[in-house]
Amino acid sequence: MGSLGALWVSFPAWSQILLWDLLKIVVIIVPLMLSVAYLTFAERKVISYMQVRVGPNRVGPRGWLQPIADALKLLLKEIIVPTGANKILFVLAPVLAIMPALVAWAVVPFTPSLVLANVNAGLLFVLAVTSMGVYGVVIAGWASNSKYAFLGSLRSAAQIVAYEIAMGFALVGVLMAAGTLNLRKIALAQTGGFWHWLFLPLFPLFIVYFIAGVAETNRLPFDVAEGESEIVAGFHVEYSGMTFALFFLAEYANMILLSALTTVLFLGGWLPPFDFAPFTWVPPFVWFLLKVSTVLFLYLWLRATFPRYRYDQIMRLGWKVLIPVTLVWIGVMGVVIFFTPWAFLFYR
Amino acid sequence: MTFESLVFYFFSAVLLWSAAMVVTIRNPVKAALFLVLAFVSAASLWMLVEAEFLAIVLVLVYVGAVMVLFLFVVMMIDVNLAELRQGFGDYLPLGGLVAVLMVVEMAIAVGPAQFGLHKVPIPAALGSHYSNTRALGDLLYTVYVYPFEIAAVILLVAIIAAIALTMRRRPDTKYQNPAHQVNVQARDRLRIIKMPTEHKS
Repeated sequence: MGSLGALWVSFPAWSQILLWDLLKIVVIIVPLMLSVAYLTFAERKVISYMQVRVGPNRVGPRGWLQPIADALKLLLKEIIVPTGANKILFVLAPVLAIMPALVAWAVVPFTPSLVLANVNAGLLFVLAVTSMGVYGVVIAGWASNSKYAFLGSLRSAAQIVAYEIAMGFALVGVLMAAGTLNLRKIALAQTGGFWHWLFLPLFPLFIVYFIAGVAETNRLPFDVAEGESEIVAGFHVEYSGMTFALFFLAEYANMILLSALTTVLFLGGWLPPFDFAPFTWVPPFVWFLLKVSTVLFLYLWLRATFPRYRYDQIMRLGWKVLIPVTLVWIGVMGVVIFFTPWAFLFYR
Repeated sequence: MTFESLVFYFFSAVLLWSAAMVVTIRNPVKAALFLVLAFVSAASLWMLVEAEFLAIVLVLVYVGAVMVLFLFVVMMIDVNLAELRQGFGDYLPLGGLVAVLMVVEMAIAVGPAQFGLHKVPIPAALGSHYSNTRALGDLLYTVYVYPFEIAAVILLVAIIAAIALTMRRRPDTKYQNPAHQVNVQARDRLRIIKMPTEHKS
């Protein structure tokens, strides 16, 4: 142990910082990847029970090892590159899909002190990084040299551009209410009981953000980019083995990320719903996990409940319903904060 | 060489290389992707001078939205390279002249005479609590409020003009009115008729 300490001290200062940060990143990524694996299992189980089925129950006790078996299978499968595909971009696309889903976790605060990078422009950073996720889908569709994949990627590009605007405007409301771009401070601005959380004064924006989040992750009912019954598997139709698994991981990591962001921005982050004794005993991190799990369950519930939107309906909902709703609510907030005595409703 | 200058030279090299690739590569989709790489490298350079708001907004607006639309269009059009190459020789002298002129003008404007440590000293590092976003917002909405609002109005006019120029109503379009679809009743669509049972004779 002493020699290890001596070895550590012998490193130059910059490499100590680098190694320490790498360790922190691993501490975030490894549980995240495990949650992704078990989220797929939870999804299959939840949807099964909603459809009066049993779901996976063969691998391991009560099916608990199913995600491990799936991961092993995907690792061992062959990666097939289609003829005429652009090889470099074909392999790069899944990497570009998963990269933003992991990078954005750098600024997500889990508890008041547990955050990798407590940056001032955290909200903007998250928005910018998640907006890069579409490149994985677009490049995958183009590089595959397949018409179904291409159609999927075109659909995805149009959809993401539409819903990104609604999402951005919903976040403008959060910014106005909290008065800061720092995610940790936004969560802290909601201190108090659940009636101080931002989802109440910003209810329309909360709904818009959630719907836009579902659309951004290409989940049902907005999964026209994959649309099994229309375009086989959409943008990842040509992908197999680990390259396909990366897209899969990216989708679920994005789901968890958006649930965590919804929690931090609208549901008070790690704060307990009531600010007194039995609730404050529960550690903040547990509250955070509970809220994230609740939002994730909503995602699964949506998938089991709704049929897929038609493409023109998606565009109409994005441009003609969600964006006007956010614009009107931002206007209402601005007028109330600056011209009426009820500014305390929105601004903290 | 400090760590910062290492990062600076790395991103500068990537930026210059990708910018050169944008204009030299033949495939338009790859050119657009190299432009994305150029934007990301430029954003990283801005991050290095502690302009985090500008850097993030560059990524958010250009990489996240503008270039996606660009790719969307470029992926669908079928560019015939041979047709584009026609007349390359004819335009070369004039194009070359314009290019040389531009290089000379840029060299005069942003040449080494105007820059360098003796002209612009190294800015002092800002504290970790200094918020670039807040400083920019304070300036934009106080000192520069009129230019800012005028720019906003010009952009709005441009949006309206673009929509007005491209919007045309086609008489044969099969567009559905969602309100009608939602309000439809079963009896509007379905008619139940009572018929006497037919017997085998």
